[in-house]
Amino acid sequence: MNCFEIKDLHLYYGAFHALKNVSLDIAAKNITAFIGPSGCGKSTFLKTLNRMNDLVEGCVIKGSVQLDGEDIYGGIDLSRLRRRVGMVFQKPNPFPMSVYDNIAFGPRTHGVRKRYELDAIVEGALKDAAIWDEVKDRLKSPALGLSGGQQQRLCIARALAVAPEVLLLDEPTSALDPISTGKIEELLLALRDKYSIIIVTHNMQQAARISDTTVFFLLGEIIEYGETETLFARPANKRTEAYITGRFG
Amino acid sequence: MKRKRKSSEIILAALTWTAAAATIGILLYLVVFILIKGIPYLTPSLFSFTYTSDNVSLTPALVSTVVITALSLVIAVPLGIFAAIYLCEYARRGNRAVALIRMTCETLAGIPSIIFGLFGLLFFVGALGWGFSVLSGACTLAVMILPLVMRTAEEAILAVPDIWREGAFGLGAGRLRTVFRIVLPAAAPGILAGIILAVGRIVGETAALLYTAGTVAQIPTTPMQSARTLSVHMYALSSEGLHSDQGYATAVVLLVVVILINALSAGIARRCGAKK
Ligand SMILES: Nc1ncnc2c1ncn2[C@@H]1O[C@H](COP(=O)(O)OP(=O)(O)O)[C@@H](O)[C@H]1O
Ligand SMILES: [Mg+2]
Repeated sequence: MNCFEIKDLHLYYGAFHALKNVSLDIAAKNITAFIGPSGCGKSTFLKTLNRMNDLVEGCVIKGSVQLDGEDIYGGIDLSRLRRRVGMVFQKPNPFPMSVYDNIAFGPRTHGVRKRYELDAIVEGALKDAAIWDEVKDRLKSPALGLSGGQQQRLCIARALAVAPEVLLLDEPTSALDPISTGKIEELLLALRDKYSIIIVTHNMQQAARISDTTVFFLLGEIIEYGETETLFARPANKRTEAYITGRFG
Repeated sequence: MKRKRKSSEIILAALTWTAAAATIGILLYLVVFILIKGIPYLTPSLFSFTYTSDNVSLTPALVSTVVITALSLVIAVPLGIFAAIYLCEYARRGNRAVALIRMTCETLAGIPSIIFGLFGLLFFVGALGWGFSVLSGACTLAVMILPLVMRTAEEAILAVPDIWREGAFGLGAGRLRTVFRIVLPAAAPGILAGIILAVGRIVGETAALLYTAGTVAQIPTTPMQSARTLSVHMYALSSEGLHSDQGYATAVVLLVVVILINALSAGIARRCGAKK
């Protein structure tokens, strides 16, 4: 089953043609990794999936992006789309408020008000993000006091708190040390049965370690995609091979 | 070479010390001068509830200061903050009108207060027919501090990192919720610092008020009555010449008020510094 089906997608930042004729089916309850040299459009493509590009002035999108068969660039409710498709950013961005309020921000946005419901959601999300034990005694203290790795897991918990179907992660470990990175990779593997996970990474080992499917981007185009093992072992395209063997990019 | 550097260093150090000493010296002289001249006249009668030309009480002026300050803030602060929110969060970046508003704002901030007084006289006092009144004065001051409030609020809002906005949008929050739950709380210390600066300007203002709020020395019972703030009171006492000593005593009170406001703003600045 696919969570996203993208057909003939073109994206322009003003005159700059950033995504060229991208067509891709993304499997549900799987980890899909986007790799490619920086500037090739990975983040841009990721952001078309929850319409964060709407915030960019002069950004024009053509083609179709369907989430479970529904065109997300049609008359969809943006708030509901972003509840279904959560996002974790490159730089950990907990809000300047308590751990608890960070996690509760999403549910409150979508109308959860009752204290006991929020308590349960917060606890569940923190447990899912494997950070409950580290923060359960400091739910009321500022989230910005956590370490970088903890902050990023908190951001994952915050995204999970609105019960999304898809989780988009844009280089979530690029600002973290190897140990924190390892924890997040483990976490993603644990979440893989419950959520469709799409992760941008320019760390090929990371893609190879955790993803089921890998998509290789170059200059705004998809050059090749397929099962991760196959793509890394026997890339079909010369440029893919050159990239994964480190010969450019 | 070495000797030369040494002598230039000595000269530089001497200059620095002189400048520092002069700054502190002037400030100390000013404060001590005011205290010495004013404290002996801080008599109970100066604080009696009603003003007579005999006791020249400053209590009504103190009350009027609070009233006029509060009224100006009530008008200018929401306007300034909402304008800043619009400019930073809603207007499209690079919008011509935005650039124009910013430029106007900066120009307004540099205009001497007496010009605002003249405008208030022509517009609020004259054209609107409000006469010399608390309302005319407060509106004039509101116009005067609006650019200050708006600029500081804008700076505070722009200083809020975009990654927080993205985080909120990414969770499905709309612009309104993002602004009120994420951006404004994060910008609050900066906005507050601007408001306190504005209070400082209001408390120290005379020129703009002489033309608009008048100089009646009683506690106003309606906004349409004339009233004088502490600064105006002090100006009146000193310029009339009959009660200059009480003028110094008023200066002492004014000094205390200003120091309190500064301490408050320093406290807020420290708290927002500690948070980051
Ligand atoms: N807001 C924007 N406006 C204009 N150009 C942009 C914008 N964001 C990204 N780009 C351009 O689009 C291309 C793809 O960027 P991005 O998706 O961030 O690449 P990646 O994430 O693969 O490093 C780059 O050439 C970048 O300069
Ligand atoms: Mg990127």
